[in-house]
Amino acid sequence: MAQKHNSPGPGRVRLHVVTGKGGTGKSTAAAALALGLASGGRRVLLCEAEGRQGIAQMFDVAPLPYEERKVAVAPDGGDVYALAIDPEAALLEYLDMYYRLGRAGKALDRFGVIDFATTIAPGLRDVLLTGKVFEAVRRRPKNDRAKGSLAREYDAVVLDAPPTGRITRFLNVNAEMAGLARVGPIRNQADAIMKLLRSPRTAVHLVTVLEEMPVQETQDAIEELTAADLPVGSVIVNFVRRTALSERALDLAESGDLPAEGLREGLGEAGIDPSDTLVRALQDTAREHAQRVQLEASQRDLVDKLDRPVVELPVVPDGIDLGALYELAQELKDQELA
Amino acid sequence: MSTRSRNRSPRVGPLAARTHAPPHFDVDALLADRDVGIIVCCGSGGVGKTTTSASLALRAAEQGRKAVVLTIDPARRLAQSMGLTELDNTPRPVRGVDTAQGGSLDAMMLDMKRTFDEVVEAHASPDKARQILSNPFYQAVSSSFAGTQEYMAMEKLGQLHAEARGPDGHGRWDLIVVDTPPSRSALDFLDAPERLASFLDGRFIRLMTVPARGPARLFSAGLSVVTGALSKVLGAQMLRDAQTFIAAFDTLFGGFRARADHTYRLLQAEETAFVVVAAPAADALREAAYFVERLSEEHMPLAGLVVNRVTQTHAPGLEQAGAAAAAQRLNEREVHPVTAHLLRLHADRMTAIAHEEHLRRRFTAAHPGVPAAEVPAMATDVHDLDGLRAVATALVVAPRAESA
Repeated sequence: MAQKHNSPGPGRVRLHVVTGKGGTGKSTAAAALALGLASGGRRVLLCEAEGRQGIAQMFDVAPLPYEERKVAVAPDGGDVYALAIDPEAALLEYLDMYYRLGRAGKALDRFGVIDFATTIAPGLRDVLLTGKVFEAVRRRPKNDRAKGSLAREYDAVVLDAPPTGRITRFLNVNAEMAGLARVGPIRNQADAIMKLLRSPRTAVHLVTVLEEMPVQETQDAIEELTAADLPVGSVIVNFVRRTALSERALDLAESGDLPAEGLREGLGEAGIDPSDTLVRALQDTAREHAQRVQLEASQRDLVDKLDRPVVELPVVPDGIDLGALYELAQELKDQELA
Repeated sequence: MSTRSRNRSPRVGPLAARTHAPPHFDVDALLADRDVGIIVCCGSGGVGKTTTSASLALRAAEQGRKAVVLTIDPARRLAQSMGLTELDNTPRPVRGVDTAQGGSLDAMMLDMKRTFDEVVEAHASPDKARQILSNPFYQAVSSSFAGTQEYMAMEKLGQLHAEARGPDGHGRWDLIVVDTPPSRSALDFLDAPERLASFLDGRFIRLMTVPARGPARLFSAGLSVVTGALSKVLGAQMLRDAQTFIAAFDTLFGGFRARADHTYRLLQAEETAFVVVAAPAADALREAAYFVERLSEEHMPLAGLVVNRVTQTHAPGLEQAGAAAAAQRLNEREVHPVTAHLLRLHADRMTAIAHEEHLRRRFTAAHPGVPAAEVPAMATDVHDLDGLRAVATALVVAPRAESA
């Protein structure tokens, strides 16, 4: 079912936007995706938009300045660079790059305009964040001056984006800007950014877990993104628990009727003293597990109905570290998202 | 009614006892304390803030408080179970609440655009209000730009607070529970009032309002450079729209500013208690720690930490390694697959518990004075009043004695 789509595939997509409800592991998925995309000798930039220094924590490096830094080497060669986008620095850089404002730029700063733009007018913040990502996606390699060359500094850019509740507004902010500025440089820039974001070179991936609210939010976000003409990529189902129990065992477990005798024998066989307390504890564990499996199965049906390619990432019980990121990256490669 | 001390000084620091277990957060004492009129639940996205807010409000109501809960973005089924079928900014009674103790529960969802419009309408003449409401800048700021939600949540809190007291001091509610927006940084709402106030005092506003009022020659030579640069970047038309918007808004600024100041003071007041909500995950607890530190810096009263979705075990005596090894023995012999799988599940839970305890110990070591309560992970979602009651009950149960 998932395969019937013309999934954009890692080859054509240059900008991967990763969103998800809070607590679904969106940043982890973005980091794993960047590692996966970089493997085999590619160069990938991972951008963080929310200023929490989550990338530095995950990759176990010092907090990132406003500067692209190499944070990891991917399997089979390839580099992951990371950037924590700081809106204030992005604005000054932007003014300098496009308007060569120099002294006037400093005057703007002195008059509180920069402060206004980046903290008070919250929408402008999003304009700057998307603008910086846009610039990174289109940037030419430093040594490539050939006219019309298609070479780009990064093979792909992964954006650890705001959560699902805000993602459409965030990505659509430049359309909003275009509504405010009918002509002029801001209008042109806004139009160019929207063109990239709405093209097949962009894919918005949604991270979810198999629980009611995140799945509902994923569904809502897909509707909103589609309505705004933004390209939805894959649904990444995180923290997947695989069960080895048969349907019948799950049914018995759920009603609390898993035979105590069998458990007692099993425990004895495994060399553990099969006390009544322990047997009851295992029955309780089994009941909760069965309830969970059932809840997740019903939510998984809803995810399948979303009609998007679905990839799964397993639960990592002892927390995410760099090693776990490499494993998750491999999972994404195996499932052809990276 | 309560003996809970309302200690204003920051509750973090070296004076706290040096144990691994944090002091128990007595949630019932907080809810029963009639001096507490506002409870603000904050924390990063996805940690269960809305559920915690609704549970606290429900329990308070069933214990005799006249409570109202302001939710920002509740799960659909939870909202429906509380009678919140539309986003209309109106607190409505929740059905099915036990009112035997004389309490009541109202609930509402925040409509940020409506709230913003109401503020404009309250402070401007009808003509002026119409002018502002139809300005393209206003429409963008009030409905689609991120961040407005934080301002408006705090604005709504101020309104509810005024209504709660009532003109004669006998208003509709004696407890307001506020859920906070799922912010980029969970702290945005804290900064919202002050940010607005400092902006309104800033030079930028004067800069933007001057050309609309008259000649700019009263200003320094820097001004023309700045307006020149702005017009170059924004384009003349956009600059003009922005100036019109700000000029129209100018008359409202006094009112806005007074309200922002008032809300900020309300958050610092004796009657306010902050509850920081987290999940036992590294990033959520990191955000919670940051929050605790900020609240203390701002002299905002922290009541305690709620950790949701804490992994539980039914067999604390069976260690992770033992269970994992036993499961493997059975698997190798290809016997008792069900028992083997359950032992594996148990081992994974023990791993998760150890990891969560490690994270929480780290939090407690840095913030030893912060009282904490926990809610066990539930097998199913919370989407009705019974579910909320179960969460609240779990919250007030003293934690199991830990051997750590």
